[in-house]
Amino acid sequence: MITFQNITKAYNKHSIALENVSFKINPKEFVSVVGRSGSGKSTIVKLIIAEEKPTNGRVIFDSYEVNKLRFSQLPEYRRHIGTIFQDFRLLNGKTVFENIAFALEVEGRPQKEINEFVPQILNLVGLNDKMQSFPYELSGGEKQRVAIARAMINQPEVIVADEPTGNLDPFNTWEIIKLLMKLNEMGSTVILATHNKEVINTLGHRVITLNNGKVARDEEHGRFILTD
Amino acid sequence: MFVAFSRIIKYGIQNFLRNGWLSTATIAVMFLALFVLQSLIIFNVIAKTAIAAVQNKIDISVYFKSNTAEDEILKLKKSLEGLSEVKKTEYVSREQALAGFQAKHKDDSVVITAIQEIGENPLLASLNIKAYDPKEYTAISAYLNNESLSSIIEKASYAQNQIAIERLTSIVGAAKRGGVILTLIVALIAVLVAFNTIRLAIYSNRDAIGIMRLVGASNNFIRGPYIVEGILYGILAGVLSFAIITPLIAYIAPHMASFVPEMNLQNYFATNFLRLLSYQLVFGVILSAVSSFIAVHRYLKV
Repeated sequence: MITFQNITKAYNKHSIALENVSFKINPKEFVSVVGRSGSGKSTIVKLIIAEEKPTNGRVIFDSYEVNKLRFSQLPEYRRHIGTIFQDFRLLNGKTVFENIAFALEVEGRPQKEINEFVPQILNLVGLNDKMQSFPYELSGGEKQRVAIARAMINQPEVIVADEPTGNLDPFNTWEIIKLLMKLNEMGSTVILATHNKEVINTLGHRVITLNNGKVARDEEHGRFILTD
Repeated sequence: MFVAFSRIIKYGIQNFLRNGWLSTATIAVMFLALFVLQSLIIFNVIAKTAIAAVQNKIDISVYFKSNTAEDEILKLKKSLEGLSEVKKTEYVSREQALAGFQAKHKDDSVVITAIQEIGENPLLASLNIKAYDPKEYTAISAYLNNESLSSIIEKASYAQNQIAIERLTSIVGAAKRGGVILTLIVALIAVLVAFNTIRLAIYSNRDAIGIMRLVGASNNFIRGPYIVEGILYGILAGVLSFAIITPLIAYIAPHMASFVPEMNLQNYFATNFLRLLSYQLVFGVILSAVSSFIAVHRYLKV
């Protein structure tokens, strides 16, 4: 489904984020990417959603060769991926309903579908009473649930989450992780970049551990182990 | 296609209304820019009329010796009219000159008696010459200084008024050049201020633009609402500027008339109302839409 082939990413001469990284993610997998700050977790997410281009190597997503996509092809490509960020990245000028509807509108979906799907998704993340609220009226946990609803509304094959619980308390962290697990059960591939030890150890799924831009371990039922 | 288009318009209007303060501030600056540009147009019209009025007052008069036959004067008049520099010539015969003189001094009994005392007409026939451009009086004067004409010409006023004419000519020239330069500078300032205001308004949306890219929105879908917003700024600022300038003109017009009698500002404004209004709207809309386009473009590079 997603393949990293000998990926090297250097932001400049002195800052090499990833060095010769290769791995393969299969459909319907739940993969965690762990490592300390600066180990290259976020860079992997940015390469998948084509926010950055690799310096060397190839990123393959289904039939797309991501590193070769032209600027004008990016919008269409990104609609196959639902992305969740640590800082939520909601549109502050739009209501909860409009934020989620936006992901359908960019695809040109008819208003009737939007009016039907958005409340269903909000029900799933437990926010149907906040439909007309603006992001600044929501708590951190609620904002992240809106972001998840937006990421899943057009049923993408892959959900990529970059430190989605980084700004949340333990209770909300579990709410978000449970939602991601539910999405995985419903058939989406989930890639979770995190440094939350408890989350990783409880999940018991595949874990790719990064250290200084290199893959230190890639285990089927991994645990959170950081060594020097 | 149509769905996307109607959504773009909907979001443009929605952003405009939700960011009430930002929209108001942006319109206020756009209004000032358009108001300044509109004032420049009117200033230029007034300056042109005033300059033309001054130019119109410059002329040279050639006085002919009293024994010159009218035929010869008319022949000279004809040849002067053949010159490309000459706009118009006017022949004043000795009798007309006397009639004019008497009419002018009809209340001054001393002058009237003096004329009657002399017995014969002391005034000379003259040609009044107007050039298209005050600079050309030197050339016309040179033409009149020709040897062959010295036998019939008593005097030409150019020689006496030369310094005054030259000075007036240079003032007129400086006023025209100054008007153009002032217009360009002020217009440039107004455009830059408007452009920067819109850039700032969009700068506050740069994160949103990046987020929309990452959610998979196409550039046109992201850009569209901002351009719609820009068009709204332009239209409202244009209308506002016109709503303020109309009563202002009505107030200024009488004062202007005492300064430049040839200028009927109210009348000019009324006859050119639609043209001025459409300049204003077209300029406002193009300025703000193009500014929005350029400003959004910067943040689309995600």
